[in-house]
Formats: sequence, structure tokens, C-alpha cells
Amino acid sequence: MSETPAANAVHASLSGVTRVYPATAGHQPVQALGPIHFDLKRGEFFAVVGPSGCGKSTLLEVIAGLQRPTEGTVNFEGRPVSGEVPDGVGVVFQEDASFPWLTVYDNTAFGLRQSGMPAAEVRRRVEDALAFMGLKDFARAYPAQLSGGMRQRVCIARTLVLQPHLILLDEPFGSLDAQTRLLMGDEVLRLWRRTGATVLLITHALDEAAMLSDRIGVMSARPGRFMEIIETGWPRERDSTIVSEAAFGEITARLWENLRAESLKSLGLSDMAAE
Amino acid sequence: MTRIGRIRLIVVVAAIAALELACRVGWINPHVLIPPSEMATSLVSLLMSGQINWDIVRTLGVVTLATGLSVVFGFAVGLAIHALPRVREALDPFFATYYAVPIFIFYPVMVAIFGLSPWPVVLIGVATAIVAMIIATLNGLDRVPRVLTKVARVHRMGTLATTLKLKLPAAAPYLFTGVKLSVSYAFVSVIAAEFILSPAGLGRDIADAYANFDNRRMYALMLFLLAIATVVNSALHAWDIRWAKRRGIAPT
Amino acid sequence: MNGTRASAIVGMTRRVTDTLIIVAAVLLIWQGLAEWVGTTALAGPSPTLAYFVHFVPSKRFAINALSTAITFGWALLIAYGLGLAIGIWMGAHRLSGAVGEPILVTFYSLPKITLYPVILLIFGLSLAGKVTFGAIHGILPVALLTMAAIRNIPPVYLKSARTLHLSPWQTIIRVLLPATLPEVVAGLRIGFTVTLLGVLLAEMFASEHGLGFLIINSMALLQTKEMISVAVVLFIFAAVANALLLWMEHHMHRRV
Repeated sequence: MSETPAANAVHASLSGVTRVYPATAGHQPVQALGPIHFDLKRGEFFAVVGPSGCGKSTLLEVIAGLQRPTEGTVNFEGRPVSGEVPDGVGVVFQEDASFPWLTVYDNTAFGLRQSGMPAAEVRRRVEDALAFMGLKDFARAYPAQLSGGMRQRVCIARTLVLQPHLILLDEPFGSLDAQTRLLMGDEVLRLWRRTGATVLLITHALDEAAMLSDRIGVMSARPGRFMEIIETGWPRERDSTIVSEAAFGEITARLWENLRAESLKSLGLSDMAAE
Repeated sequence: MTRIGRIRLIVVVAAIAALELACRVGWINPHVLIPPSEMATSLVSLLMSGQINWDIVRTLGVVTLATGLSVVFGFAVGLAIHALPRVREALDPFFATYYAVPIFIFYPVMVAIFGLSPWPVVLIGVATAIVAMIIATLNGLDRVPRVLTKVARVHRMGTLATTLKLKLPAAAPYLFTGVKLSVSYAFVSVIAAEFILSPAGLGRDIADAYANFDNRRMYALMLFLLAIATVVNSALHAWDIRWAKRRGIAPT
Repeated sequence: MNGTRASAIVGMTRRVTDTLIIVAAVLLIWQGLAEWVGTTALAGPSPTLAYFVHFVPSKRFAINALSTAITFGWALLIAYGLGLAIGIWMGAHRLSGAVGEPILVTFYSLPKITLYPVILLIFGLSLAGKVTFGAIHGILPVALLTMAAIRNIPPVYLKSARTLHLSPWQTIIRVLLPATLPEVVAGLRIGFTVTLLGVLLAEMFASEHGLGFLIINSMALLQTKEMISVAVVLFIFAAVANALLLWMEHHMHRRV
């Protein structure tokens, strides 16, 4: 098993983080998340699973700086995160965030151009990212002409060119069919190994989490807290074929064991848990 | 009432109150605008005097007739066109441009042909409203989920039964939108026709009152027309939304 | 390959012939109507065409067309300017949008001609009155559709702008503007049509120049040839402008 340098160094940490949505007309305040205490190690691949509505996306947005925690602190590379997305963090969202009025090439180059990077460097990075994501032949196409999976790849490419140290993925493959998802999982692993970045993946698919990650955080029903963090012990050079390993079945079973009761709770069917 | 509804009510009441104040204090020339309260009292006395009863009947009658004709024939034509794809394709550019051009300017031509009777007014009302109903019918029939026709075949339903029991109910919310638009368009074009060129009707009344410098009468009539238009359109709109919500469709 | 090309040509010829059939039918109905009511009431297609060819290039037509054009130009400018401003404000400011939308929608469906006397009382028989009347028609669809366009911006675009470290100005110019453009253009298209109608109505009721005036004037003189000629010119103008704006709208939507 190969190790990245300072593999156990803490990349991002959350301490006592909660997120409460304030009361609106006719609604009580809702505690969506927390309290969360958690350290993300540099270079690791960490997945978060949990029942719907448990606050997984909220967790990701708090780490990204897109939302402020109601209590507690978030630190990234030693500095506090608050209200602004820090440099070195890339986010791929669940919804299709590709801009329909730009070509694949222009979409990918978008962030770099806005930051005033010299054109030659922009071109180098964009062509590199497009080649890596298998989009070179589609550089002049518009997102409307591409499939959902390819559009997500454009979004990943747009994040990749920023050379982030931490890549946050919020259920990026949720709308794709099962086979495409497994293949995209392989892509993400390649991405992870190539960039050496830390990856945090939110997913509702247990097999995806079990297959891709070094550690898996299992969240409870709302307000989401980490019930357990499971170590998978996979080698760094892994791909979707590990689904045939015995350990894979055990990990998935353990995840479901933890999650079944919580999922029923979030669906309002707690009575079934007793059966 | 929701919070937003309350705020809206306050905004509207405040605006009317401000207008009333501005008129009373003399900031607004009384020859231009009379206070809203006077508009209301003027309207009440006008209605009670019975002077405009016949005009009310005539205008509302013409609007109702124009709407009725538009809805019935618009629906029939829409149904027919939907069954004849080649005709539909040929008429498509016509429907696409119909509301882009000022159809109303044909009203004087109609007056030239039919004279100063209610008929040109009815005609322009129909001409304006009917295409909206046709388009809404086509749209509604288009949106009947194809799976419903397959269900009909599984149950061995004939064409008439399929149309009446499945297609019409499925298309109903969109048909209702067509009705809503027809009412609105007919109302607007009838009033405009009466205003510009007509022997009688509420629109003509307002034009006359303006020409005679009779502001009290003019504003009373304006208030009346705007009130009716608002009430009818709001009621239809609320109904439209409720219907759409029940079906889970996005209301227009 | 040949099969699809051939069927495309067949399709297009069929569409052209179908359109010609419809045009011919309209002309036949027109001719029949003219014969039925008598040519003093309604002139037939060919005398109207003869008049059209002679009248449209004439000086009298040009003067009135110019008058309408100026009035319409000003009205459109105001309708677009105010409409966009109101739409942007109500789209961006949630509360104003929620409170104001039903009010605007109500105004949209009202017969605004009933308000024309008020405008006349304020402005008298002047250009300003006609411009104002035209503008109040166009402001509403522009405002309503711009507001909808801003409200419909997918939130993920704004989140992406933040993750890409865009400044607020860059976010507006590079993300919000292109994202809302197709729907805004739709509003401008509808605003164009109703503003034109408003201007024409104003001219029909109280004006001494303009194409609307020409129509009413020629009606008084039972000159249906002139009425229809003016109507045809307006129809062509409106149809072409609408097609242009529609093309722009689709050109943007093609990518969306």
C-alpha cells in the first residue's frame, strides 16, 4: 500500500459544527447538521453516506465555505473557513452546473479566465484537463449536445484546471444510470491519484462509497452526526473491479447495518426497524 | 392571509390612500383626477340611477357572446386541426404570428362592412380571442400523455370514448387556460372597440364622458370597468392555479 | 443519405404549396365577401393591391408612417428601459417580487384603453401622451418575463460562481446575464407587439397623424382600400420584427 507524504496530516477539520436553518414564516428553526467533530486527512479519499435529508450536502457546503456553520469552526489548511470559498478548494455539484451558453472548452477555461491567468497557461491546463477527462473531441460542442455524464465530466474538468488541493463532490453521479456511475467512479479514482488531492465524496450509493474510499463516514438521520467512521483498507491503485472482493461485501453490509435503522427513521417508518 | 398577502394589501391600500390625499390636498389638479372616494360615490349613484344599465348589459353581453363563440368554436377548430397533422403544419406559421400583429386594426374594416352595430364588436372580440383558444386546445391535446392512449387500447375503448373520457379530462387544465385567456382578450378588444368606434356600450360611455368634460361620470365608469375586469380575471386566474396545482402542472 | 435529402425537399415543397393554398383560400374568401357586401363597403383583393402599390410609396403615407415610427420608438425605449429595471429589481429582491407580481399580472390583463382619457387629461393631445400610453402596454410583459428569468436562474450557477472565485460584477456579467438572456428576449418580443398596439390605439382615438389615424380617417371616408393597405404594412412590419426577435431567442435557447 503506497502512502502519500505526510499522509496523516490534517487537511481540513470541523469542530463542534452545527448548522441550524432559522425560523421562517410558519416554520420552526431546523437543525440540519451536527454537532460534527471530524478531521479530514491530507490526500485521503473520504466518502459520506447517510439517509436522505440527514445534512450531507449541508456538510459539504459548510466545508466549502458556501454556508456558515451556526456553531463551531471549520479549518482548511490551518486557516478558518467562513463565508467564502477558500483557494485550493474545488466543488462539483449534484445539479448540472455547466453553462449552456459556452462550449465545453470555454466552460472548462471559465474560472481560469476570470482570474486573469495568461492565455498560454489557460490553454495548457484546459487541454490537459479535457484530454484527461476524455473530452478532447467535444471541445467545441455545447453542453446541450452532451449526455448527463459528459456534462458532469465538464464540471469536473472545470474544477480540475484550478488544481485544487481538496475536491468536494456532492452526489455528482446521482442522476446517472448504474453502469455509468461505476465507470465515473473509476474516473474519480484516476483523478484522485493523478492530482494527489484530498477528495470528499457525498453519495447515497453504498457500493460507490465502499468501492472508492479510504474511509467512510456514516451519518445519522437529521440532524446528521457521524455514527461511525469505517476504514476500508483498500490499496491506492484500485478500480471498480474490487466489487468482486469479499471485503467489499463485508463493508457494504456493515454500512447498511448502520444505515438501515436511520433510513427508516428519516422516512418516518421507525416501527419497521423493530421487525 | 399569508404575510406576503398582507404586505400586498397594505401596499395597495397605501397607494390608494396616497392618491386620495394628493387629490384632497390639491397636489393633483381636480380637472385631471378626482379623489378615489369620489370615484366610488359617483359610481354608486350612477349605478343606482339606472342610467347605464342598458350599456352594462350591452357590453357584458357582447363580451360574453364573443367569449362563448371563441371558446366553443376555438375548441372545435383546435380539436379538428389536432386530428389533421398536415393542416396543422400548414397553419403553424399563421398561429405563431397571429398575436405578433395588431389584429385590432381590422376593427374599422369590420365596421365599414357591417356598420355601427354590435356585430363588428362581437367579431373583433372573437377574432382576438379565438386563436388563443385554438392554441390552448392544441397545446392541451399535445400534452395528453401517450401512455393514456395505450391504456385506452388495452381497455378496447373507441375513438369517441377515448376522446371524451381520457383526452378531454387530461387536457382540461390547459383548456381552462384557453378560456381564461379568451375572456381576457375578448374583454380588452371589446372595450377598445367600443371606446374608439361604437354607437353604444360602456367603452363609448367613457369616451363620451371624456369629450363632455364630465370627469365624475368618466372616472365612475372607469372604476366600474376596471373593477369588473379585475374580479373576473382574478377569479379565473385563481381557479386556473388551483386546477394546475391539483394536477401537479406548472401554472401559466 | 439521398433518401433523407429527397424527403426533406418533398417536405419543404409540400409546406410551400400548403401555404400557397391557404393564401389562395384567404383571397377567395375576401373576394367573395367583397362581392357579397358590395364594393363600397369592402373592396376586393385586386383593387386593393392596385391601391397599395400606388399608396405606400406616396408622401402622405410616408409622413404618417414616420409619425408612428417616432412615437413607437420612444414608447419602446421607455417600455424596455423601465420594464427591465422593474423586472431586475423584482427578480433580485424576493419580497418585492412576491408582493408585486400579482399586481403586475392584474394590470397586464386590464383593458388599458380605459386609462387613456387620464393620460390625455394629463398630457393633452401630444406626442408625450401617445408615447406614455404605448409604453404602459409594453412595460408589463418586459418586467414580468425579466423577473421570471432572474428567479429561474438555477442556484447551482451562483454556487459555481462562488467556487470559481468570481467577483460580484463578474458573476452578473458572465453568469447571470447569459443565463437570463433567452427569457428576457422573449419579454422584449411580447413587449414590442403590445407597445405597437398601444401606440396604434392612441393614434386611432386621438391623433392627427400616424398610421392609426390613417385607418380611422379612411374608415370615415369608406376607403377600405387604404385601411387594408395600412393594415398590411403594419402586419408585415410586426411579423418581421417578431420573427427576428424569435430567431434571436431561439438562437440563444438552442444552447440551453
